[in-house]
Amino acid sequence: MQTKDLSFVRIELEPARPAPAGERGIGKWLRTNLFATPVDAVLTIMGLLIIAYVLPPIIRWAFIDAVWSGPNRTVCATVSQGGIQPDGWSGACWAFVNAKFQQFMYGRYTFSERWRVNLTAIMFVALLVPLLMPRVPKKTLNAIAFFVVFPIVAFFLLVGGAFGLAYVPTNLWGGLLVTMVLSFVGISVSLPLGILLALGRRSKLPVVKMLCVAFIETVRGVPLVTVLFMASVMLPLFMPAGMSFDRFARALVGVALFASAYMAEVVRGGLQAIPKGQYEGANSLGLSYWQSMGLIVLPQALKLVIPGIVNNFIGLFKDTSLVYIIGMFDLLGIVRQNFADANWASAQTPMSGLVFAGAVFWAFCFGMSRYSIYMERRLDTGHRR
Amino acid sequence: MASPTSVHDSEPARASWFYDPKIRGIVYQVLVAVLLVVFVYWIIGNTTENLRRANISSGFGFLNRRSGFDISQTLIEYSANSTFGRAMMVGLVNTILVAVIGIFTATIIGFIIGVGRLSGNWLIAKICAVYVEIFRNIPPLLVIFFWYLGVLAVLPGARESIDLPFGTYLNNRGFYMPKPIWSEGAWLVGAALVLALVMSFFIARKAHQRQMATGQRFPVLWTSLALIVGLPLLAFVVMGFPITFDVPQQGAFNLTGGLDVKPEFMSLYLALSFYTASFIAEIVRAGILGVSKGQTEAAHALGIRPGPTLRLVVIPQAMRIVIPPLTSQYLNLTKNSSLAVFIGYPDLVQIGQTTMNQTGQAIEVVAIWMVIYLGLSLATSAFMNWFNAKMALVER
Repeated sequence: MQTKDLSFVRIELEPARPAPAGERGIGKWLRTNLFATPVDAVLTIMGLLIIAYVLPPIIRWAFIDAVWSGPNRTVCATVSQGGIQPDGWSGACWAFVNAKFQQFMYGRYTFSERWRVNLTAIMFVALLVPLLMPRVPKKTLNAIAFFVVFPIVAFFLLVGGAFGLAYVPTNLWGGLLVTMVLSFVGISVSLPLGILLALGRRSKLPVVKMLCVAFIETVRGVPLVTVLFMASVMLPLFMPAGMSFDRFARALVGVALFASAYMAEVVRGGLQAIPKGQYEGANSLGLSYWQSMGLIVLPQALKLVIPGIVNNFIGLFKDTSLVYIIGMFDLLGIVRQNFADANWASAQTPMSGLVFAGAVFWAFCFGMSRYSIYMERRLDTGHRR
Repeated sequence: MASPTSVHDSEPARASWFYDPKIRGIVYQVLVAVLLVVFVYWIIGNTTENLRRANISSGFGFLNRRSGFDISQTLIEYSANSTFGRAMMVGLVNTILVAVIGIFTATIIGFIIGVGRLSGNWLIAKICAVYVEIFRNIPPLLVIFFWYLGVLAVLPGARESIDLPFGTYLNNRGFYMPKPIWSEGAWLVGAALVLALVMSFFIARKAHQRQMATGQRFPVLWTSLALIVGLPLLAFVVMGFPITFDVPQQGAFNLTGGLDVKPEFMSLYLALSFYTASFIAEIVRAGILGVSKGQTEAAHALGIRPGPTLRLVVIPQAMRIVIPPLTSQYLNLTKNSSLAVFIGYPDLVQIGQTTMNQTGQAIEVVAIWMVIYLGLSLATSAFMNWFNAKMALVER
């Protein structure tokens, strides 16, 4: 009798089948991210309409219809405005930015001496980039070079008047140069000063504490414009007769004091976040006040508030544009000043200049904020609760 | 050989007074105070000397003198014959006007963008992210110039005004809209509005009490809306439409009549709103992300629908995180309104600068600025602290 063996042993796995067509690929992505619900679909269509309405004119204005080079305003003006473009034309006047580019970078810095600015910029980048990259060794040496040696060298290079370099008065400075110098000095003065103010505010000595609180709250309560006015109008009054302050120095004092008050509050936030045990531990080791602050508390506190510090840097960088009010021409100021140039005045000039200045400011601020996010991730050693 | 007892008997060796932290603290403080006094004395000496040489009288007497300049936007009565003090008042009112309207608009835009950035809709989230990243990273002054020089200044002139709906016009001299003129009987409309507001307030309180006691809910929002819209409308009809509009008319060279909003105000207002909104959006986003997911899930598990979950569970908790940083953004907007001086909007700083140029009273004007801005800051933060205390977690 023969029976058929009905037992079955699977010796091979069935190959996995792909997910159903509706659950993968672009269709699935579209359905979950753009058309999940009827409301979502309406929102998506509205968003698409906004983009379709806004983006093409911008692209046309900035690239397709833009004028990239030209000798004067005629290339950026329509026929009825005395130019060569057809009536109804509207496009960016990059020719204006192109022609004024040198001024936007250096201001009226003596033409033959501009290599000094370039050299300073190259040194700045060469020292800053390795400082920002965590992998590069010798951070202490690099930091000393950047914060001690570089400012001295840059001072003599930019101002001149020594070592056979011609003197360039600061009223000739302008453009991105002024923005960068103001920001650099503001940042490197405001951080240490802000730390001191924050320590003072948490000090047990009532006189010191009161002074720091009064300074911080007063400066934080008023707009930068009034602080700059004060620096520009009142500093000369405070000085003895005959002693005069350079206008650039006045702006520096105003910006640095303003920024340090804000920095102090950020640092104070970090100091408050350090558990009491750290202070007590430092005390029980017999460390002095400055030792315990410098070796135990501040390294932890500053690490906690890096995002806040960088936010302050970004704010300071943006705020340098206000020095225009006391007669200094930073990047935005010099762009604004050039709108009045009769050789280039046209309906498109202001917008083009402002978009250029905005792009430069944006690139710097965006870079800073991205770097801060990167550093935050790197330094997050898991202490955060 | 020293006996051990002598060690025990003697007083513990005291550190020298030189190392006593108390004495050191006192010495430091006296030192700081003396330095400060000397510094202030030196500055005051220099300043009086400088002022005497420049023949500038000090004191606030100049506030009562005739100003002699005109101001383009005045909400309170003012002419060139008014005093400097009055001019400063005009400036203060203008500052408050742009700050209040700006805060209002920035909050609305900021909340929309902030919630939009968290939307499940990829496109909407990206549009909102692009908005935030653009406006957060450029100086507010640039945004002001953008509106003032880039957009409003290149609009067509008065004769080719852009015709907008509802009798409004837009040209490079500003935005013109019909000006409502209230005739007799209009007071009833106002009275009805006040009555409606008071009634909705009491209804809200009553509804809350009832919900606490019985758990029954009452549609407060819709009743209040009906009251606030309906009552004034009723008064309007009863009094026979006591309103006429002064519509701007196209004249030979300019638009006449109507209410005109100056380009200076428009650009400052738009720039401050758009700029601050990007920061508020980030605050709102952080606040909503700060409410743990378990709260939403628990609400859903209780059978609460998504809408009420957001309104009753998530937003009240998010508000606690949002309010403190929101306060500082409001203060920033108020302080940033001083950028008006760059485009000539007559705010406190701009008028102060004119006063300074005319009288030379730099110290006094700066002092007035400081006092007023500090006052505004304190008032705003006091209000927001009160609001914050109201919203804060009530713990047992």
